[in-house]
Amino acid sequence: MVHQYKNNGYNIVLDANSGSVHVVDDVAYDIIALYEDHTPQEITAAILEKYADQPDVTETEIQETLRDIEQLKKDGRLFSEDTYENLAWDFKNRSTVIKALCLHIAHDCNLACKYCFAGKGEYCGDKALMSFEVGKQALDFLIANSGTRHNLEVDFFGGEPLMNFDVVKQLVAYAREQEKIHNKNFRFTLTTNGVLLTDEVMEFANKEMYNVVLSLDGRKETNDRLRVTRNGKGSYDMIVPRFQKMAELRHQEGYYVRGTYTHYNTDFAKDILHIADLGFKQLAMEPVVADPKEDYALKEEDLPVLLEQYDILAQEMLRRSRKGNGFTFFHYMIDLAGGPCIYKRISGCGVGTEYMAVTPWGDLYPCHQFVGNEKFKLGDVFHGIQNTELRDEFKLCNVYARKECHDCFAKMFCSGGCTANAYHATGSLTGTYQLGCDLHRKRIECAIMLKVAEAMDQESNTNEEHSL
Amino acid sequence: KRIQTLDTRNLAQSVNHGGCGECQTSCGIANQQCEQMKENQ
Repeated sequence: MVHQYKNNGYNIVLDANSGSVHVVDDVAYDIIALYEDHTPQEITAAILEKYADQPDVTETEIQETLRDIEQLKKDGRLFSEDTYENLAWDFKNRSTVIKALCLHIAHDCNLACKYCFAGKGEYCGDKALMSFEVGKQALDFLIANSGTRHNLEVDFFGGEPLMNFDVVKQLVAYAREQEKIHNKNFRFTLTTNGVLLTDEVMEFANKEMYNVVLSLDGRKETNDRLRVTRNGKGSYDMIVPRFQKMAELRHQEGYYVRGTYTHYNTDFAKDILHIADLGFKQLAMEPVVADPKEDYALKEEDLPVLLEQYDILAQEMLRRSRKGNGFTFFHYMIDLAGGPCIYKRISGCGVGTEYMAVTPWGDLYPCHQFVGNEKFKLGDVFHGIQNTELRDEFKLCNVYARKECHDCFAKMFCSGGCTANAYHATGSLTGTYQLGCDLHRKRIECAIMLKVAEAMDQESNTNEEHSL
Repeated sequence: KRIQTLDTRNLAQSVNHGGCGECQTSCGIANQQCEQMKENQ
């Protein structure tokens, strides 16, 4: 499957099944568009007619381009076939180890963000803090079910995990003991709203946390509209200085300032740039996923504006990068040369199979976004997976299980998208959340464009050096 | 040149030496890095 698009002055051709990216001129762009459904003679005639006013577009040139395309096709770099579907089912059949847990260390929160999918951190249930005993059992469960996996991940999540900081510290210490015994490597992450981000917490996080997610929605008026304290006050002034200190202490690495955009700030690129202007270098901004009846929910008519925002953001990032003042945006980070293998790309995030969420009392759910919905309870950390039928249903959640993904160019970059979002939007684990898909396709296009720009900049710099 | 190809990992070739499962869980896939390739760098 070939996807062609123009972005920021570049003609880009993505061969979705091989992952190859080509940047081409107008003539090659048109030839590739005609290639599959027309004969070489028809293509030559059409191109000569279209470019009649350009003397360098000759029959010889067109023949040469056709030969280049044929060679790329032979090399599996263009018009390559999707031959991976059987791998998806085989891989899921044999892959049953667990390698990551999301520990709901606190079902309680000191903010009351209006869009929170966890309902003020309580997940539609009672307030609760995870005890050390439950957390320890969860870590033991993870080690016991991780097979030969060396790298294990544990997310401290909530609610607000820092409301149970002592247990976080105890669990990290326990895991560090156990990793030596079992030859494992724990990578911890912490997601926090910043209210309890003290110097002690920062020092601990900088020593032990592989990644920290800091929640901030952007401009003060954006953030304070929805991210409010229990008594309704905005949180921006309280948390920004703490986040700035944290980012500097982490040498601007191993963190994300992560925001949520809603119907109220469809001009979200301004919020991202505001966060960058505050001095942060690692940014993420996600569309709210909400009941359509909520006033802040994104609407279908918002889509053209949202898509344009991603272009505006990409162009500004490129401009800043060229001036030496760039920053990273989560969805525009793409490693074309060292990205994940095909098995990872087709099997997805591991929801309910490789990755699970643990409630404060030890119940297991497929992921943090299913917690609170009893019908998705898989078991608990004391007795293991008991609902194997449900787990097996999640095993089948891969890109080939979603019929809408079959002809989508982005399927190797999203693996079929977020199962939780799909379920909440459609009621089916193998559905697709269309608005999310539209946004993700755009983000992939922008991310690849930035890679193309980087490659072209490098090439022109090299050419300049050679001509000196 | 009319067509320039960027340096990309060929997904078809990763069939034979992928699937170790040591990479990070993803919540993303697009911006993920292969743990084996990182180690080899």
